[in-house]
Amino acid sequence: MAHVDVDIKNIQEQFTFEGKLKKNVLLIGGIGVILFVLGTIFLIMGGGHDDHHAAVEHATEVASVHSGDAHGDAHASGEHHAEYHWWQRIIVDFWLSGVFFTGVALLGFFFFALQYVANSGWPVLIKRIMLNFRHFIPVGGVVLLITFLVGSHTIFHWTHDGIADPNSPHFDAIIAGKVDFLNTPFFLFRLVLFVTVWTLFGMALNKISKAEDADMSGTTKYFRKAQRISVAFLIFFGISESVTSWDWIMSIDTHWYSTLFGWYLLAGWLVTAVAFMSLFVIILQEMGYLKAVNENHLHDLGKFLFGFSIFWSYLWFSQFLLIYYANIPEETIYFIERLRSSTYAPLFFTILITNFIFPFFVLMTRDAKRKTMMMKIVAVVVIFGHFLEYAILIIPGTLKENGGFGLTELGSGMIFLSIFLYLYFTGLSKGGLVPQNHPMLEESVHHHT
Amino acid sequence: MEKNTNYLVGVFGDEDIMIKAVKALRKKGVNIYEVFTPYPVHFLEDALGYKRSWMPKAAFGFGALGTTCAILLQSWIMGFEWPMIIGGKGFIAIPDFVPITFELTVLFSAFGMAGSFFVSQDLKPYKVPQIFDRRQSDDKHIMAIDLAANKLSEDEIKALLSEAGAEEVNNKSFTEKEKKGSFIDYVVDLFTNGVTDSARELKG
Repeated sequence: MAHVDVDIKNIQEQFTFEGKLKKNVLLIGGIGVILFVLGTIFLIMGGGHDDHHAAVEHATEVASVHSGDAHGDAHASGEHHAEYHWWQRIIVDFWLSGVFFTGVALLGFFFFALQYVANSGWPVLIKRIMLNFRHFIPVGGVVLLITFLVGSHTIFHWTHDGIADPNSPHFDAIIAGKVDFLNTPFFLFRLVLFVTVWTLFGMALNKISKAEDADMSGTTKYFRKAQRISVAFLIFFGISESVTSWDWIMSIDTHWYSTLFGWYLLAGWLVTAVAFMSLFVIILQEMGYLKAVNENHLHDLGKFLFGFSIFWSYLWFSQFLLIYYANIPEETIYFIERLRSSTYAPLFFTILITNFIFPFFVLMTRDAKRKTMMMKIVAVVVIFGHFLEYAILIIPGTLKENGGFGLTELGSGMIFLSIFLYLYFTGLSKGGLVPQNHPMLEESVHHHT
Repeated sequence: MEKNTNYLVGVFGDEDIMIKAVKALRKKGVNIYEVFTPYPVHFLEDALGYKRSWMPKAAFGFGALGTTCAILLQSWIMGFEWPMIIGGKGFIAIPDFVPITFELTVLFSAFGMAGSFFVSQDLKPYKVPQIFDRRQSDDKHIMAIDLAANKLSEDEIKALLSEAGAEEVNNKSFTEKEKKGSFIDYVVDLFTNGVTDSARELKG
């Protein structure tokens, strides 16, 4: 290997979204639709779940014995989900996919802003790859809004009428104590506010980055401006991401709470976003784009993928260990629901393999991080593993014993993936692939690890 | 003391010229002993054709050893030597062991790496540093060529070095004592003079 010979004057590339890539993206959506329809038909016919009933009912029994004293009346009234309809699972699947991909889009964009704040030079060549994650945020927000309006009772226990009313038969003392925060108007306000502000930050940074391309004078004023906006975004992001994770996922299990949930979701979303970034870089390179990007940049992405996988595992385990060790019924119920169920226990252990053990051992060596094939495999496994993780976070709390990971989950995930990719690549095709007047471009071209 | 003049020392003022010289000399079949630079130079190890260090493998090995030791230690203590029930868990409750296993893995790995580094770089208290040219820590890139390890004659290599852009080409030699270092001398010096630099006095 030698010094990099890149003509920095002619580094700009124009991506066009067409041909095989477009076909494949639509194909993913098509397969998703087929799987989803098939899964829905199976659900309507009511197949496949009866055999799980006995085991899970037992688990629930054990759980209620454990938590009986502590919850008292509160838990006795928590039986609103008793009537199960097939469409509830569809609503939950939409919520799952919407939350997952909105989060990934947000964290991908967060990673972009982070590079400005960190003053980092190495990722300049792939900054546009990070920037364009933002396109899914508003779409995901709308999907989540509609899903919430249609099926809030299915997803969130706390939206039920009379749950905070002491005279109502549905009264739940624990939820009543949280009602100042967990009420439908405030929830919708937060959802709309956060998604709008994220989108606006995305548009602002995009505008600066594109304006920088046009200005050939060599000024750093765009860079400085983008840095200031990124700092503002990170502050807003830090608060809104935490609140979002409580809102969208933790409030499903309303009685239960974990103080590190915000970080924990951040780690999961972030590692998925980095996996997507690596995949996009590899795909674009295979199509002949990003000529100046080499294995050194991939190596750094690999290090992030490796590091954040370990970070996720660390947070996952920190949450588990404290609850396991303290053994307080109202906390352990969360894991009992998942571990004592024959539907969820296998998934529960699968995510540890896909999200920790596999990336940890495969990406450990330097060579693995520099090989496109290895990175591709790990990225795909990690993306799937984290989708599974979000399923295990959302489904047991909403569908209880009626859930699982099946065709509808996979189908809705693929539909959303297709939309996510379509918006991403369409956004990428608008404007150049390389921020050609970025002050640190030269550093990125000569990046060497 | 006998001096064997066996090193040629090329002095370079510019890293690009130095890297090109390294490539040119290696192409001509010159065996380069070592290049000293005042700061890390990218792509130099590639130009010199260095193999990847075995340190990462050592790190993994020590880490795995740490994991094994941690699990064995905790299982033995908590399960056999002094069984205790804590928080209603079993004697050998694996989740409880994870934090300590993690810490011991890191500890073994870190200490093992530090030790491996000393071994791999031949760092020891009585090591006498071989300073080819004092300017190697200032503003010059120093290329040392061991004449005994080369087939080409001294004059030929000198010519090649000058041709490749070396500002100076010097001869350098070390006594056997300087090369190897002496543990006995070090200890004697330590007792007579205390902790000073005299035993490994820098000879520029």
